[in-house]
Amino acid sequence: MELNACIPDGPLEQKWEKHQFDLKLVNPNNKRNYRILIVGSGLAGGAAAASLAELGYDVACFCYQDSPRRAHSIAAQGGINAAKNYRNDSDSIFRLFYDTVKGGDFRAREANVYRLAQVSNNIIDQCVAQGVPFAREYGGLLDNRSFGGAQVSRTFYARGQTGQQLLLGAYQALERQIGLGQVKMYTRHEMQELILVDGVAKGIVTRDLVTGEIQSHVGDAVILATGGYGNVMYLATYAKGCNTSAIWRAYKKGAAFGNPCYTQIHPTCIPVTGDHQSKLTLMSESLRNDGRIWVPAKHGDQRAPDQIPENERDYYLERKYPSYGNLAPRDISSRAAKQVCDDGRGVGGTGLGVYLDFADATKRLGARKIEERYGNLFEMYERITGEDPYKVPMRIYPATHYTMGGLWVDYNLMSTIPGLFVMGEANFSDHGANRLGASALMQGLADGYFVIPYTLGGYLAGIKPSARPKVDHPSVKEAEESVKARVSRFLSIGGKETPTHFHRELGKILWEYCGMARNEAGLKKALQLIPELREEFWKNLRIPGSGAEVNQTLELAGRVADFMELGELMCLDALERRESCGGHFREEWQTPDGEAVRDDEHFCHVAAWEYTGDGKTPTRHVEPLSFENTHLAVRSYK
Amino acid sequence: MSNTLTITLHVWRQKNAQDPGGFVEYSAKDISTEMSFLEMLDVVNENLIHKGEEPITFDHDCREGICGQCGLVINGRPHGPRERTTTCQLHMRSFRDGDDIVIEPFRAKAFPVIKDLMVDRSAFDRIISAGGFISVPTGCAPDGNAIPVPKENADLAMDAAACIGCAACVAACPNASAMLFMAAKISQLALLPQGQPERYTRVRDMLTQMDAEAFGTCTNHGECEAACPKSIKLENIARMNRDFIKASLTYRPDTGLGGGA
Repeated sequence: MELNACIPDGPLEQKWEKHQFDLKLVNPNNKRNYRILIVGSGLAGGAAAASLAELGYDVACFCYQDSPRRAHSIAAQGGINAAKNYRNDSDSIFRLFYDTVKGGDFRAREANVYRLAQVSNNIIDQCVAQGVPFAREYGGLLDNRSFGGAQVSRTFYARGQTGQQLLLGAYQALERQIGLGQVKMYTRHEMQELILVDGVAKGIVTRDLVTGEIQSHVGDAVILATGGYGNVMYLATYAKGCNTSAIWRAYKKGAAFGNPCYTQIHPTCIPVTGDHQSKLTLMSESLRNDGRIWVPAKHGDQRAPDQIPENERDYYLERKYPSYGNLAPRDISSRAAKQVCDDGRGVGGTGLGVYLDFADATKRLGARKIEERYGNLFEMYERITGEDPYKVPMRIYPATHYTMGGLWVDYNLMSTIPGLFVMGEANFSDHGANRLGASALMQGLADGYFVIPYTLGGYLAGIKPSARPKVDHPSVKEAEESVKARVSRFLSIGGKETPTHFHRELGKILWEYCGMARNEAGLKKALQLIPELREEFWKNLRIPGSGAEVNQTLELAGRVADFMELGELMCLDALERRESCGGHFREEWQTPDGEAVRDDEHFCHVAAWEYTGDGKTPTRHVEPLSFENTHLAVRSYK
Repeated sequence: MSNTLTITLHVWRQKNAQDPGGFVEYSAKDISTEMSFLEMLDVVNENLIHKGEEPITFDHDCREGICGQCGLVINGRPHGPRERTTTCQLHMRSFRDGDDIVIEPFRAKAFPVIKDLMVDRSAFDRIISAGGFISVPTGCAPDGNAIPVPKENADLAMDAAACIGCAACVAACPNASAMLFMAAKISQLALLPQGQPERYTRVRDMLTQMDAEAFGTCTNHGECEAACPKSIKLENIARMNRDFIKASLTYRPDTGLGGGA
């Protein structure tokens, strides 16, 4: 396998513009002869489906939800970054680029990140024109707020529902194209397999989640925008349906998987209450603008928070990172929370929690201002916990929130399979080993609105539309039969346990051994436990009902089966990366005060894994990273 | 604080759109008050699978009150007893030990039942597709600050834009009208300068599609507003009606346009 990132020559600032010019074009009248299959309708998929249809391509878009408006991008709360410098606080494209590379602990490609920062401003313009109701100043101009890992205010927001509003903007653009007949939308359809013809991506096999019908769809290119795989941990801030199946099927057909061990554990989520827990809910990072994080200074202090005097509290982020304080990046804040809880100073019934306190901000700004800024988040907290955060501090704890890893893509967002493109969280490209807040929305929309419309054309210009296979092509039939066989296999196991049972068990293994802190012994243990659990899964699974109707148990089983395999690859990648960087913290590589220690000499690279067959160890390939425009330094937020 | 409840569920079970369907009783024991309503159903479903029976089918996804995919009628109320709360955000502390809970799908002619508590709400997508957008192809937008929006209008637009498309408004309405859903989108775009060029064609096109989808009409019951988990206000319907009247009076059949004057 060859990893050619296809990064254009020339100075950093000119690479994208030069590349856009160098890419071949598809004649406007020819565009309608190319059929593009897009899986996923979130920020990346929805934006791409709309934009490619506007260009004239024949687009089909698929989502498992009942409407494209429900993709989990909708749950992003805090905001979207852009280098507008509307605050006059010394922001610039270069600073956004620099902050993102540094935030990712120098494990992302400079060229990709710079392009992301460049198009960030176009995204804001596009969304405003669509009618996204961003927060405004009294003069009618756009407002901003601060987010973690940056010392400028560059985050645009729509109350605590920025993801929702951006997604609805993309959704409405998509619905417009559906109405015009330019996009054929397949809701309640889940991709089950990728179709390759002579090694080139030419289609997908889907299951209709209402009728159970297995269908093949052929096209000239396939785009996966299916989000991240954090649900591998079972408890995560993802929607329940989020899964790895699309990218995992592609991996098993030859697409390299980049940095699978890079997961983001978000510092501010509502803590677990019991075994019944089905998901975890995020409290936006924007709360850290005004909330102060603390735990009791003494071990086992059981007093109510308002009974603990100021001098007996430990505002540990402010103490350890005075220049960034409560706005330290996510990986660092999460680890700090784990450290104080491991130290026996956690709060709440389980001891796995820290306070996020708004008492000072309420005194300074008044309750009304706090409500205006965070009212919906406070209400959500109250709904879930039964506690009023206007009166008692929130209790929060880290939870799995995002995966920086994903399918390896080149500068054109194409995977190692020709014709297979991957966007948004599903690819590995822009965030290195840690993503900064408000950058996921930026990347999803950048890929969908402003990157793929150019780079896809460059690919299509090199192939004839008549090269598309017919649905009765042997490769298509073979893929379809393999999906039918897999469904039959699930239904015929006839064991005793539910897919949720196995999912929960898998999640426990990964959270314990491949979560916020990892070490060699633990990872080796996980690599022994996961195959055992997987064997049990395939022996003892029970799925009632049939495949020819709505069967949510069957859907879940398919997703869990893929998570079972992915979990093993994550542990393998974590074991092989013998350094600490960003969200990947290996206990063997830390400073005496618990900070991550990178090994740039041996690990300044992307690990891209190639599937070699079931039961065989995959091959680890390396894409070296070079830092010519940033200083490869120890990341400090002190 | 955590307690446990024993409750009796009366759940609508319907194999498919053709099946007449009916209520089935289940007992749910050891239900923690910390659980969400959907987590309680998860427990019931796990037990059903263990017994070899088919679990209850219901729609859900984000489980944090924003995606709009969940929606059950609980004791006769869409999304259940708590105001401004989606089904997934409802927690069992809202119920008492020994309670009977009746669970039904969102019912409307425009939303056929697919299975059990899952319904087909694709009519909402078709209404948006008919005009619930601003026609702005990617790449042609002016600078974001070139279009100032008074803060008050931006806030009102955001209030309306908070709609999650769950369809509780339709389920609550005696006429199964989609007016609140539609008015929310029409208001959001009508309150913003970007939405002005298509303001009147939008309201006509969306209302035409609503009629084609077998939704009822609005007779000012206000049940929709009471059921809305996102506090979408009835005033949006008034705003839409004003725009619709203006659009109808100025409509020019020869061009399909009107209302711009």
